[in-house]
Amino acid sequence: MHGLINRALQSFVEVTYGPRIWAEVVSQADLEFDEFQSMLMYPDDLTVRCFEAATNILHRPPSVFLEDLGTFVVTHEPFNPLRRLLRFGGEDFAEFLHSLEELGDRGRLVMPDLDMPDIRVHQEDGQTYEVRARWKMLGAGPMLLGALRAMADDYGALAFCSLAGVNEGWESLKVTLHLDDHSEGRAFSLGGVSA
Amino acid sequence: MTELFHPKSMVSETVLDRLLPMHLQIAPDGRVEHVGPTLRKILGKDPAGCQLFDLLSVRRPAGVKTMADLVPLESVRLAITLSHAPSMVLRAAFANVPGGKGAILDISLGLSFAAAVAEYDLNIQDFSPNDQTLELLYLHEANTSTLRLSRSLTEKLQAMHAAAEYQARTDALTGLPNRRSMDRDLDRLLTDMDEEISILHVDLDLFKEVNDTLGHAAGDAVLVEVGRILNNEIRRNDKPARMGGDEFLILLRNMGDLEVAGRIAARLIQKIEQPIFYDGTKCEISASIGIASTTQYAERPTPSDMLADVDAALYAAKHAGRGRFKVHGVEIEEKRAP
Repeated sequence: MHGLINRALQSFVEVTYGPRIWAEVVSQADLEFDEFQSMLMYPDDLTVRCFEAATNILHRPPSVFLEDLGTFVVTHEPFNPLRRLLRFGGEDFAEFLHSLEELGDRGRLVMPDLDMPDIRVHQEDGQTYEVRARWKMLGAGPMLLGALRAMADDYGALAFCSLAGVNEGWESLKVTLHLDDHSEGRAFSLGGVSA
Repeated sequence: MTELFHPKSMVSETVLDRLLPMHLQIAPDGRVEHVGPTLRKILGKDPAGCQLFDLLSVRRPAGVKTMADLVPLESVRLAITLSHAPSMVLRAAFANVPGGKGAILDISLGLSFAAAVAEYDLNIQDFSPNDQTLELLYLHEANTSTLRLSRSLTEKLQAMHAAAEYQARTDALTGLPNRRSMDRDLDRLLTDMDEEISILHVDLDLFKEVNDTLGHAAGDAVLVEVGRILNNEIRRNDKPARMGGDEFLILLRNMGDLEVAGRIAARLIQKIEQPIFYDGTKCEISASIGIASTTQYAERPTPSDMLADVDAALYAAKHAGRGRFKVHGVEIEEKRAP
């Protein structure tokens, strides 16, 4: 698994629950190092071990943990570059939802070895969407749920998102978009990055 | 609506604004009749009525100063700058409108896209959905982020590498270079260079007594103090090392004069014989030193030649009683400490 994803997991645990919990995860997962490096690749097995250790130590159901992780990567300030890159997907939340199908291609454009989930978006009617995700490990659904809720806030859209089951490896979400301009949202200007 | 469009044409100003939001419509006399909304935003005003060449200049090809110069340049890639932002080079394409009704110049941000977007606060809706500038911006931003991550990883690895290198050639207790480091230097100096050097092999006297009576902590304190003395009493280019236990080696660079080397050894012994206080208790030790110099060999000696000879000299010095030095191949002298 790409170091970026492992690093996100580590930051989430460190920032939300404290460095001592992360140290405990490192110990229980039997890592041979203290921290993941964003630009290195790691065996998938390490990610699974860390994830299991974390949910075990924190007594959190895996789906809740993953949902919080999804929200964290979009809202945690040091990860702002990721939020900005997601905002390139569209001018409003509806456009953004459709752009999720391009997420894998966009990710690989930047990092060819980044293993992103495969995502399909189906607009059922004017305001209802079915978003399905399939990844090499289970859990893309709840993680996407947390991220989508945070992105809806980011765009200032009023949207309800919920898990809608798993079918042949595809984890489904239902998104109901009530208002695209419910609130101000967070500012996004294309030229807002400091090089 | 300008004269540009035939009444039956599918194309209108609105359509052009939507598809080419950075285009200019130009009358045959070079007067600007209309500009697309994004270009208007960049110019900060509606320039309708201005002369085209007051608004911008063509950088490439050279010598394009009038409408007449532009007319033959259809399907040529133009580089232009706007008069109010002369450092930002933009790209443009020119097309004559059939029937001598004027022309259209369509501008794109070219490689100035990042600067232009930031400078003029352009947004997604300022670009045609077909415009790849958004993807370029996305890539530019993503590259900047990943480059930052790569750089931070490289810096981390470099720091770890430097720390590991330092540890590998340093004695942890005294902070002096260790045997490995000294071996490498001796090998390099004796093999690759013809500089004259001298070696002092220092072995502490009475150190075992300090260790046995006052404990290892006192012994360690004594070793640290000796390390400090060795460091202080030699020149900047000379090199001390702790070879292990209570043995030290000093490499004197550009030193073929055994008289001087002997004086340095005598001074070291004198300094080491000053009482060292550990936790209020006086520790008294001394040192024996063996000396050898490259000047003593007919041919360039190998490190093991010199180390064996300096070791033998040290052994003879010890044998003659504590607190002495002995030069390889020279009869033992009386103790030189003043």
